Amino acid sequence: MTNTPSIITVSNVIKQFGRFAALRGVTAEFDAGRFHAILGDNGAGKTTLLRAIAGLAHPTSGTISILGKTPRTACRDIGYMAHPSLLYDEMSGMENLRYFAGLYGIAGDDTCREAIASVRLDPTLTRPVGQYSQGMRQRMSLARAILHDPRVLLLDEPFSNVDVHSAREMVGLLKTMRDAGKTIFVVTHQAQLLEGVADEFVWMQAGQIIDRTSSARAAGVGPTEGVQ
Amino acid sequence: MNSLWAVTLATLKKDIRLEWRSKDALNSMLFFSLLVVVIFSFSFDPTAEESRQIAGGLVWVGFLFASVVALNQTWARELRNQVLDAYRVSPAPPNSLFVAKALGNFILVSVLEAVMAPLFIVFYNLRAIGPAWQLIPIGVLGTWALVVNGTFFAAVSIRTRSREIMLPLLLFPISIPAVQAMVEATRIILMGDGSARFWIVLLLTYDVVFTTACLGLFETILHAE
Amino acid sequence: MKRLFPILSVITAALLAYALYEAMVVAPTERTMGDVQRIFYYHVPSAWTAFLLFMVNLVASVVYLIRRNPKADALAVVCAEVGVVFCTIVLVTGPIWARPVWGIWWTWDVRLTTTLVLWLIYVSYLVLRRFSDSAQTPVLAAVLAIFGALDVPLVYFSIWFFRTQHPQPVIGGGGSLDPGMGRVLLINWLAFCCFAFLVCWSRYRLEMLQREVEEAHAMESLVGADGVSAKASLPLNRSPR
Repeated sequence: MTNTPSIITVSNVIKQFGRFAALRGVTAEFDAGRFHAILGDNGAGKTTLLRAIAGLAHPTSGTISILGKTPRTACRDIGYMAHPSLLYDEMSGMENLRYFAGLYGIAGDDTCREAIASVRLDPTLTRPVGQYSQGMRQRMSLARAILHDPRVLLLDEPFSNVDVHSAREMVGLLKTMRDAGKTIFVVTHQAQLLEGVADEFVWMQAGQIIDRTSSARAAGVGPTEGVQ
Repeated sequence: MNSLWAVTLATLKKDIRLEWRSKDALNSMLFFSLLVVVIFSFSFDPTAEESRQIAGGLVWVGFLFASVVALNQTWARELRNQVLDAYRVSPAPPNSLFVAKALGNFILVSVLEAVMAPLFIVFYNLRAIGPAWQLIPIGVLGTWALVVNGTFFAAVSIRTRSREIMLPLLLFPISIPAVQAMVEATRIILMGDGSARFWIVLLLTYDVVFTTACLGLFETILHAE
Repeated sequence: MKRLFPILSVITAALLAYALYEAMVVAPTERTMGDVQRIFYYHVPSAWTAFLLFMVNLVASVVYLIRRNPKADALAVVCAEVGVVFCTIVLVTGPIWARPVWGIWWTWDVRLTTTLVLWLIYVSYLVLRRFSDSAQTPVLAAVLAIFGALDVPLVYFSIWFFRTQHPQPVIGGGGSLDPGMGRVLLINWLAFCCFAFLVCWSRYRLEMLQREVEEAHAMESLVGADGVSAKASLPLNRSPR
């Protein structure tokens, strides 16, 4: 079998949007099979970094390698979730997942049903996703992201505007997945939710990683509240 | 190859199902098409002979405007909730998405044309002097010419400001040879004025060239960032 | 390289003056059209220059798509802008010429119409560049340039055939050219090319400078007195363990 390296490498990535540099030379290695929480103020570059790892934002310079492959080649190993639901509002949960499963070459309804059940939603619900509550929509979006059993999960603010109960359930699910060997990246403003669950906390500011700690309450440079 | 068509069909079926569920867009487009025909009829009220001469142009300009309305909503559902990101992150071939959207638009625009054409025939007392059956390949090739580039430029224009105006702005110049071919061919058939073969061949060439270009460059557009 | 610019400017100015003299005084007067025909020495070289610039734009666009080299993109936008200007000259001088000679402003002449469509395509190119996000602009514009290039032969053929069915006056003169006129034509083309080159060059430099400014703004960040980012000095490659 091929010897695939077990890390995700970001090498001096710069991402420029005109006059604004969202990422100003980020270099880091992330161990596989670990839960990484990415924290920082608005505008720190967290979302851009996540999107760059997902292959949705092409770096202006620098490279990213996931398990030895480029983000786009590694697409089967990546599950991505963002604040927009990435779902069709007009279709039910099962219909949505059935369609997205087709994109990954997954036939049959069983995988979809399992994914929906694992996020504690009802697969038989025929209500269109657009009528879900925010918490339900986020969970369905997570179901879509894990549908194809990816090795790496990239979640951008999965708990925002979600009730505490749903958020804790999602964290529990993510913990189970990490224990099963998946690599998880979560961008969030709610570091306290992940205390004791995440393996490390990556602090970003102004387009760079400024600290990496094992606890959300660790000393060192932490984010200040409020918008930059 | 298998997965290419599977994804294309799945996407096309999904789009048709969604369009059917909320017929709002379709209904308003149908009504718009009707309005276009009526306005043209008021503006150009010629004798039967004259109308046969200009009908080719009128019909296709009418179709062009109606198709822009249809093309502008090609990616509307994908833009809501950023579904396109889900597509880009998946291993599904981008061309499957493009072909599905283009076919969906082709069906939609054909429906609009099927509504408008009889109205034009009625309002202008049209009757084909030449071989009327040739209007079918002209219709199919002409519609595909508009739809294939239209779907492509719709994808380009969603990445711009003023996206609704960008689509026709990009589409119309590029479509000029195709529109000329459609109009001339239709006029020749209606007037019985010689052979439309050159124009049909030109339309076919246009379709082949630009379908290839669209298929070759859609992935670049989809991932442009 | 910088010293070359003023020298070239002087040469170009001299060449343009000489070309003007040749066109207005030396070139033989056309038999049927008279002195009005002299606009030909502006109409045709502008067209050739515009086509040349658009071809460079196409090549630069293709190179950009393959190599993603920002210089190729800068060259593409420069050639498009200057090309549109020359194209406009063609479209303006055409009717100015046609009116006194044939009594009509416009004719669906093959070359003139193809030029019009080319102008439309490249104006839409410039509009696209202006209206899109700076990150995606180069790719979108390059793709449009390719579509435009594929379109032009089709435009030419469709109008050519249309005209064989509906003959109309030809602007720009068909048939053979008096060698005296041919010489003046080439001199004017050379002068126009030099001028176009100068304009493109300065526009290119301006474009590259603008990009440098954008990049500098973007990279402006937490730089300490010693020029090194204070935060970057922490060893942050690996997670704490």
